[in-house]
Amino acid sequence: MSKIHVTTTVNGDPVEFLADPRETLLDALRNHLDLTGTKEGCGTGDCGACSVTVDGTLVCSCLMLAAEANGKRVETIEGMAGEELHPLQRKFIEHAALQCGFCTPGILVAAKALLERNANPTDTEIRYWLAGNLCRCTGYDKIIRAVQDAAAEMRGAA
Amino acid sequence: MRYHTPRSFSDAATIAEASTGTLRFLAGGTDVLVQMRAGMVQPDDLIDLKHIPGVDRITPTPEGGWRIGVAVPGIVLGAHEGLLRDWPGVVEGMNLVGSTQVQGRATLAGNLCNGSPAADSVPGMVAAGAVVTVTGPKGDRDLPVEQVPTGPGRTSLAKGEVISAITLPPRGKNGGDAYLRFIPRTEMDIAVVGCAVNLRLDGDRIVEARVALGAVAPTVILSEAAAKAIIGTTLGEAALAALAKAAEAAAKPISDKRGTKEFRIEVAGVLARRAAQIAYDRAKGLKA
Repeated sequence: MSKIHVTTTVNGDPVEFLADPRETLLDALRNHLDLTGTKEGCGTGDCGACSVTVDGTLVCSCLMLAAEANGKRVETIEGMAGEELHPLQRKFIEHAALQCGFCTPGILVAAKALLERNANPTDTEIRYWLAGNLCRCTGYDKIIRAVQDAAAEMRGAA
Repeated sequence: MRYHTPRSFSDAATIAEASTGTLRFLAGGTDVLVQMRAGMVQPDDLIDLKHIPGVDRITPTPEGGWRIGVAVPGIVLGAHEGLLRDWPGVVEGMNLVGSTQVQGRATLAGNLCNGSPAADSVPGMVAAGAVVTVTGPKGDRDLPVEQVPTGPGRTSLAKGEVISAITLPPRGKNGGDAYLRFIPRTEMDIAVVGCAVNLRLDGDRIVEARVALGAVAPTVILSEAAAKAIIGTTLGEAALAALAKAAEAAAKPISDKRGTKEFRIEVAGVLARRAAQIAYDRAKGLKA
């Protein structure tokens, strides 16, 4: 089976790798690029643990072939913090919005995508936006509070 | 598996016709990749349509309708002011499909071709009178959306044929459409029953109507009897009752884990009433 040469940008860095035609973007991130922050939960687009953005759009990286990422701009959890943690990351720690942490990278990536579109979301808007990110530990309340607090800080209101 | 990236629909059709094994087209991939992962489908040829120019665009037609590319995802439809103004029922149907992440990829054409009787975007397209352009080895043909699905997971497209665009007709004046579905939770579920109504008014009177039901038969149903029940009326209680009765009569559901036959029939009537009222209010220019 012939491999496909994929050239893409991940967190601002140009990368290239050889992908099996059937390989998902998720597997390519984890296995070719050693970016293991993006998690596989269900592998079928239900849980959101593998959330990344592609050309700015939030997607499940398990529901996309690596070959489809050719020429695209991919952002993962590894690109979220700069010198310091992103406000969302800091607020998730402050509010204890995680326990096992397996869903957290996907939720952070999804929440960041939300706040880029809507700097001042309601609780309901956050819950609907994050409905595709399953968390079996927190009961979600702390996640909503952390996102609200981060949003407030990023608006300069905190 | 061979991964193809044709630059035109005629090239895609040529590849599809030449394929001797299992073939799938890839737009948003939110069904195909799940099927591949589950081992239900192992394509020998996978044709990615997203390299064809124009597939990511929504363009006005000369007649005043909209031509929607086959790779336009739900999140783009939901942000398109012209479509939201003209065909809110079509957009709200598509936007009920899956999560934010799924909306980032899933497409109208994919939802249609996956062939699920419960596909949320399909009743809205049928009620709207949407037409698909099918490109095949012999060229293009147009087909009303309701003639695409032929049963669960099956379509009327022949080997080598691929949907190359979806066209919504001109909205025209005094029209409104709406889609409602029933699910046992608030979001992220598969329709137990879905219903779309599209109508046009002359004053307060309904002069045109199309009523489509989803998840109550092997394919979407376009019910002429349900439409007739409200045409010529001002959607008073008698018309709504007649509509509900016609929708119940048109529904031919099965009982399964998501709902019994009897429940689905009753809900078909309820949703038809409510969707008709929303479509009517939209046609009147009332916010709904």
